[in-house]
Formats: sequence, structure tokens, C-alpha cells
Amino acid sequence: MYPMIKIEGVRHAYKTPAGPLPVLDGLELSVDEGGFVAVVGPSGCGKSTLTRLVAGLMKPDEGKVMLHGELVSGPRSTVGMAFQNPVMLEWRTILENIMLPLEIVATKMSKAEQRERANYLLELVGLEGFGDKRPSELSGGMRQRASLCRSIVHKPEVLILDEPFGALDAFTREDLWQTMHKVKEEEPFTGVLITHDLRESIFLADQVVVLSQRPARTQYVLDVPNTGPRDLDHLYTAEAADMLNILRHQIEVAQGRAAA
Amino acid sequence: MAYVPDMKPRSTGGSIAKFLTSRAFLAPIIAMVIFVALWEFLVWVNDWPDYVMASPSDLPEAYADYWGLFIKYGWQTLWRTVVGLILAVIVGLLLGMIMGFSRLMRDALYPLLVGFNAIPKATVVPIVALLFVGAHDFNTILIAFMISFFPIAVSVSIGLSTLEPEYRDILRALGASQATIFWKIALPKTLPEFFGALKVAVTLAFIGTNLMEIVSPHGRGLGALFDSGKTNSDYPLMFAVLIALAVLGIVLYYVIVALEKIFAGWAERSPG
Repeated sequence: MYPMIKIEGVRHAYKTPAGPLPVLDGLELSVDEGGFVAVVGPSGCGKSTLTRLVAGLMKPDEGKVMLHGELVSGPRSTVGMAFQNPVMLEWRTILENIMLPLEIVATKMSKAEQRERANYLLELVGLEGFGDKRPSELSGGMRQRASLCRSIVHKPEVLILDEPFGALDAFTREDLWQTMHKVKEEEPFTGVLITHDLRESIFLADQVVVLSQRPARTQYVLDVPNTGPRDLDHLYTAEAADMLNILRHQIEVAQGRAAA
Repeated sequence: MAYVPDMKPRSTGGSIAKFLTSRAFLAPIIAMVIFVALWEFLVWVNDWPDYVMASPSDLPEAYADYWGLFIKYGWQTLWRTVVGLILAVIVGLLLGMIMGFSRLMRDALYPLLVGFNAIPKATVVPIVALLFVGAHDFNTILIAFMISFFPIAVSVSIGLSTLEPEYRDILRALGASQATIFWKIALPKTLPEFFGALKVAVTLAFIGTNLMEIVSPHGRGLGALFDSGKTNSDYPLMFAVLIALAVLGIVLYYVIVALEKIFAGWAERSPG
């Protein structure tokens, strides 16, 4: 059986006026179906490049990116994406925003079915009754919840989350972490989460990958026990503190501030 | 839900009576009345004869004498302006799309467009009049178009080229085509800028139409009526034409505002 996401020996460099800028150099990643991997690393280390590779929005110079054992050659409708910017289309209602991917990939679905699906997801993330509002009428956290609904409305196999909670305040963020667990239970997916927040990584993921400084390679992989839904108390156990210490140390190594 | 934003009730479009007593309607009316009163007062206090400055009280007579011509010429000016503006919208949108999506085309076309726009259109009028001699409607529309497409092209190209990459990516990641991305995201997102430019373009198109009508003697449109007032030393008539032009300009402007409300009303936010 193939892992859902497999990245092997990926190297990539951006062309800039000052010459090639290598961003990825020996990236390895493997996520089983239903797995949830968090990717952490120093800022500017190429994490977003990684998401664009998995989404098929760009191709690596070298190495393989595979979904289901198939080489990714372009965008595919089995992928969902959410960003730090919720990217709400201001001229559409929240419900219409969530239905947007269905208009592209599920053209056979009737409008009523699309609406029903979107409403179900709104309820799942705690936004029932907000479908007819405009994005400008919602708070940042609510917009991010709606963005999450849109990223999974077409039941993607792979969900790519590029720092979706990065711009939220701490309490809203923790609320959304718990929503995330609920969503994953009801709407299973294989997830890749890019984050700067180590607590977030061990709370949500079952595997944390630390990338080195640019050009990034896989520097360290941490398996998180107790996979599945967990509550915030887990973050205040000795076990969690140990994991956070290891990850913090690995980040310092990546930044060149500590010896491996 | 811990946070529930307080929602302002949306305006539900009340009755006409309600509109006529609303601040949005009364404030500009009062401003106009004050303006006219000041004008009358200035002429009266300086004791200006009407060949220096006609007063508002001279105007009703001018309108009464030439009412038929005002309607006929006003309509000519209006439709030619509107056709010129529609052309400007089509060409402006196309140019804006080309420059918005292609870096190369933007670099190539910008200096050309800026140079073209910098040429005073009054100097182009005789050239166009000679080039298409006799084609009065076409000439006038052409000048109206030439003077007004630039702001539309620039605003659309800026709107498209500054589209955040995430907006593209949410659809591109699903395998959507460029055309789909344009219709579903890029175009609607650019509409507020487009309508801002259209408000500038509508008054410019008016200037273009009148320029042609006044400079090129072919006896059509309000510009020609102005010119005949000048020739016959009928000064109240000249001022009456100016006011008629202003009224037409205001009408067209508010048509654009109404269209903006319909197509890009989402971009407007209640202050505070």
C-alpha cells in the first residue's frame, strides 16, 4: 500500500535576478492515509513551497512528489487548501464562498445539494446561521472557520493548511484547534499543516517534521503519541513538555543557534 | 459563539416620500439652491450686464425660447457620449486585461498609453475632423472614446495585477482554467476599481463630445448650441447650455453610481 503523500529527494531553486535561490534540498516526507503531519521550521525555509508542490501548483527541479503512488503533474481536485489569509470573496455570502470549489469540481451536484453540504459544514465548525452573511460582517476567527469549510467542501483526500491560524489571537486559535479535531473526525482527510506554533503542531498532528534552514531538508521527525482527538489539557502534561522541548531544540539547531 | 458582531440593518429601499425627505436627497438640493442664490447675488451686487455674466434669472427665458433645440441637441450629445463611453469601457477592459495578465504587455504598452493620454485632445479634434471629414457622429464618438478609455484601462490592469496569489491559488489548485479564475475571481474583485475609473471616465467622455461639437462646426449637439449662442451674442443661452451640460453630466454620473450599487455594492462598508 502506498502512503497518501510521499515526497522523495526533492530539490528546488527559484530563479531570481541574483541567480538561483535554492529553497529545498533533500526534502523527504511520507504521510499515510488519514495521517496528519505538521511541518515546522525557521521562517523563510521553504514551507510554503512545500505546500505548492503537494498541491501541484509547481513542479520541483528534482525529486518526486507523489499522491497515492502517482506522480503529481498538476493541480487535482482531490486537494483542498486553506491559507493564513482566509481569502473570502467579498461579493459572495459565506455560503456561496463555501460552495465555490463545488462549482469547479462537482458540476453534477445540484445547487440544493451544494447548499445542503455547505450548511452542514457551517454547522460542524460552529457557524450555523451565518451562511447568508457577507465575509466583512464576520470576525477573523469566523472567516477562518468559513475558509476551513471551503477547503473541505469537495471532500478532498489531502488537505493542505498553510498557517491557517497564524493571524488569530491565542484564544481563538485554541478554539479552532478543537474545531479542527472535530472536523477531522467527521470529515476524514490526510493533512499537511504548515505552522510556526509548536504547541499547535503537537496538539493537531500525529507527526511533526522539522525542516532545516533554507535550503530546507528534513532535519527531524517526531512521532506524537495519543493520536486522535485530544483536549487542551494534554498540552500541559509532562509528555507534552518533553515533546515541546525536543522540538524547540531542533528549531534552534535549524537556526544554527545550537549544536545538534 | 463568543463573538457576535452587531449587524447594521441593511437599507431596504423605503418609499419615494421617504427618499424625498432623506438627507441624501435634501442635502445636495439645498447646496444647489445656495449656489444659485450666491450666483444671482454676485451678478446683482456687481451689476454685471449679461454679456459679462448671465444670472440664473436670465436662464428660464433662454430655456423657454430654445426648448425644442435643448431637447434635440441634448439627446444628440447624450447618446454620442454614451456610445463613446461604452466603447471606452470595452477597449479599456480589454487593454486592462492584457496589461493586467501579462508583464510584458504592461511594460510594452504603458509608455505608449501615457504618451497618448498626455496629448491634449483639443489638438486631436481638428485632425480627427479632417481625417473623417463629414462623419460627424463618428468623429464625436471617437473623441469621447479617446479621452475616456485611459483611466479604465489603467484601473483594470492595476486591479488584475495586484490580485493576491492566494485568490488565484484557491481555484488553480482545483484545476480551474484561467478563464474560470477570471470570471469567478479576478473580474468581480476588480469591479470597485473599475467603477471608480468609470466615474472619472463619464465626465471625461462628456468633455470629449463637447470639444468636438464646439470646435468642429457641424451644427449638432449642445456644443453647437453653445457655439451659436456665442455667434449671436446670446449670452444667457451660452450659460443655459452650460447648466444643461452639467445636468446631463450629473444624470450620467448617477446612472454609473446606480450600476455600481448593483454590481459592486458589496465593496461599500458602513463607516464606523
